[in-house]
Amino acid sequence: MRRLLVPVSAVLLLWLGCATHAFARPVTDSAGRVVEVPDRVVRVFAAGPPASTLLYVVAPDKMIGWVRAPRTEEKPFLLPATRHLPELGRLTGRGNTLSLERLLAEKPDLIIDFGTLNDTYRSLADRVQAQTGIPYLLIDGRFANTPAALRLLGRVLGVEARGEALAQEAERIFAAVDATLANIPSAERPKVYLARGPDGFESGTRGSINTEMIERVGAINPVEGLRESGGLVRVGAERLLVFAPDAIVTLDAALRDSLATRPPWSELAAVKAGRIFVAPALPFGFIDSPPSANRLIGLSWLMHKLYPGKVAGDLRAEVAAFYRLFYQVEIDGAALDRLLGGTP
Amino acid sequence: MHRSVLPALVLILAGAVVIACGVGPYPLAPGKVLALLVGAETDPAAARVVFDIRLPRVLAALLVGAALSAAGSAYQSLFRNPLVSPDILGVSSGAGLGAVLGILLGLPVLAVQLLGFAGGIATVLLVALLARALRGGADMLVLVLSGIVVGALAGAAIALVKVLADPYEQLPAITFWLLGSLSGIQRGDVLAAAPVVLIGLAPLVLLRWRIGVLGLGEEEARALGIDTVWLRGIVITAATLITAAAVAISGVVGWVGLMVPHMARMIAGPRFDRLLPVAVLLGGSFMVAVDTIARSGARIEIPLGVLTALIGGPVFVWLLVRGRPG
Repeated sequence: MRRLLVPVSAVLLLWLGCATHAFARPVTDSAGRVVEVPDRVVRVFAAGPPASTLLYVVAPDKMIGWVRAPRTEEKPFLLPATRHLPELGRLTGRGNTLSLERLLAEKPDLIIDFGTLNDTYRSLADRVQAQTGIPYLLIDGRFANTPAALRLLGRVLGVEARGEALAQEAERIFAAVDATLANIPSAERPKVYLARGPDGFESGTRGSINTEMIERVGAINPVEGLRESGGLVRVGAERLLVFAPDAIVTLDAALRDSLATRPPWSELAAVKAGRIFVAPALPFGFIDSPPSANRLIGLSWLMHKLYPGKVAGDLRAEVAAFYRLFYQVEIDGAALDRLLGGTP
Repeated sequence: MHRSVLPALVLILAGAVVIACGVGPYPLAPGKVLALLVGAETDPAAARVVFDIRLPRVLAALLVGAALSAAGSAYQSLFRNPLVSPDILGVSSGAGLGAVLGILLGLPVLAVQLLGFAGGIATVLLVALLARALRGGADMLVLVLSGIVVGALAGAAIALVKVLADPYEQLPAITFWLLGSLSGIQRGDVLAAAPVVLIGLAPLVLLRWRIGVLGLGEEEARALGIDTVWLRGIVITAATLITAAAVAISGVVGWVGLMVPHMARMIAGPRFDRLLPVAVLLGGSFMVAVDTIARSGARIEIPLGVLTALIGGPVFVWLLVRGRPG
């Protein structure tokens, strides 16, 4: 009997191994790579924060962990089942913090990444896939591609209906922004500066992913970089006076409170008029961090802030509805205040 | 060194400050700036640009350049080695670690600066204690090796903080800090750092002759009745204070503390008592010029550390071609 055990279990294992691959279908990802994805995907690993958010939105029950564990103040805005998932680290972006062995131990059926498509990421996906045998999908992370990304992931994960519903809502938000902007002449488009970093002198140049939302709502980002596709830069205090922005967007309430009294900020019309807007950040950022589907609600928020009186609808109701549909959480008035008051 | 060298260098520095105050992205006629500086003009908007934004930054550049050059000169004399820079004992790495920890914890700018300052001081203190534990603190080689070890540990800790940092918000801030910049400088920063730098400069100036003798060699200095261990402790303390204060407001700026003393030696010769004032004045002028390029040379801020290396490297080669420094 014992003699038979080894060959039988070997055959069994082989059969099981084949079985998992027997029901697979080819999926073409955004990078044009054809990936064999199992029919039934249960455990999905997201390679970076944008992918993590996209996965949460489309199929939170298939998450096996977070790139970064949710902070205490973020947890009430997330589904209870996902609040305590482990922190696994990131596989792409700036430095891997996850080893492939740890990844294998988590036994994911699929790896997804949502972001830049270039040869670096393509080759990284190919290498990880070859080394681990886990299918690795790349999804185009450009903001305009959000509806398509939601549909693609819904289809791959077997939740087409949800992917479609989310994609249609994303398209509705885009269309609403464009309809409103069509009635706002270019002379009335504000100059908006994104204040980042500990002192606010860090910003994104025109065309950067960080200021994409500001530019998408028709505002002018005064920070011009040296390259066509922007990135993060430091901006001098004096240059800020030259920019003379009509409004400032920041990610940090503490920064807003400390700016008002200090030059050059105190000299700016935007600050004198109180037009510093703190982008809400729970559970995900409204305009940045991470650059994923979470930014859709940031569009509505920015439109209401930058074009008061010209935007139809009630922001609070819109935010609550978005959280209901995308994050599957009900937020009451107090939570809305915490979220939109810019206080974490 | 000719008698007229120092007055000439003071004039050059004053000229650099005035010109730098006349240059900037905000459109102000140089004449108007000059009138403001001498008090003949009171346009409030222009005054705010010059006195709240431009002048503090120019003075901060002067302070940082002078500080790093003084510390570099003192160390090059002390270690009798022209390849030594102010961060030989790990002060920059330590300051960097303090500051990036502050950024990681999301602290306000002032706390980040204070942590940078404290980190620089603490690191050198640790190096001194380690050297003393190893060899009674009298051996220079052990001191330098301790500095290398502790500096490397601080560097590893910085790398670890980078890994732990939020890649979207904190990592860029950490990167910019480690590249050096004066873009967010405020009047208060200069007023806080200047006294510390001056307190550190005082013993170097007062003991300049003794430090020069120490640069000739341990035996010679002792033969002349100088307590070398005590004096070395003073120099290291002073240079550490100066460098930590400078780095706390500017972030990490390399090259200046290594290169300017060489430029100064070509003018003043190797004697420390003559070298120090020349290095301070030259370093101040150099940094004022470099930071003017950093804030006006492009539509975005150019990191100081990048500029000092880009400008400093070729200048240094040119110096070496012209004549070997003493």
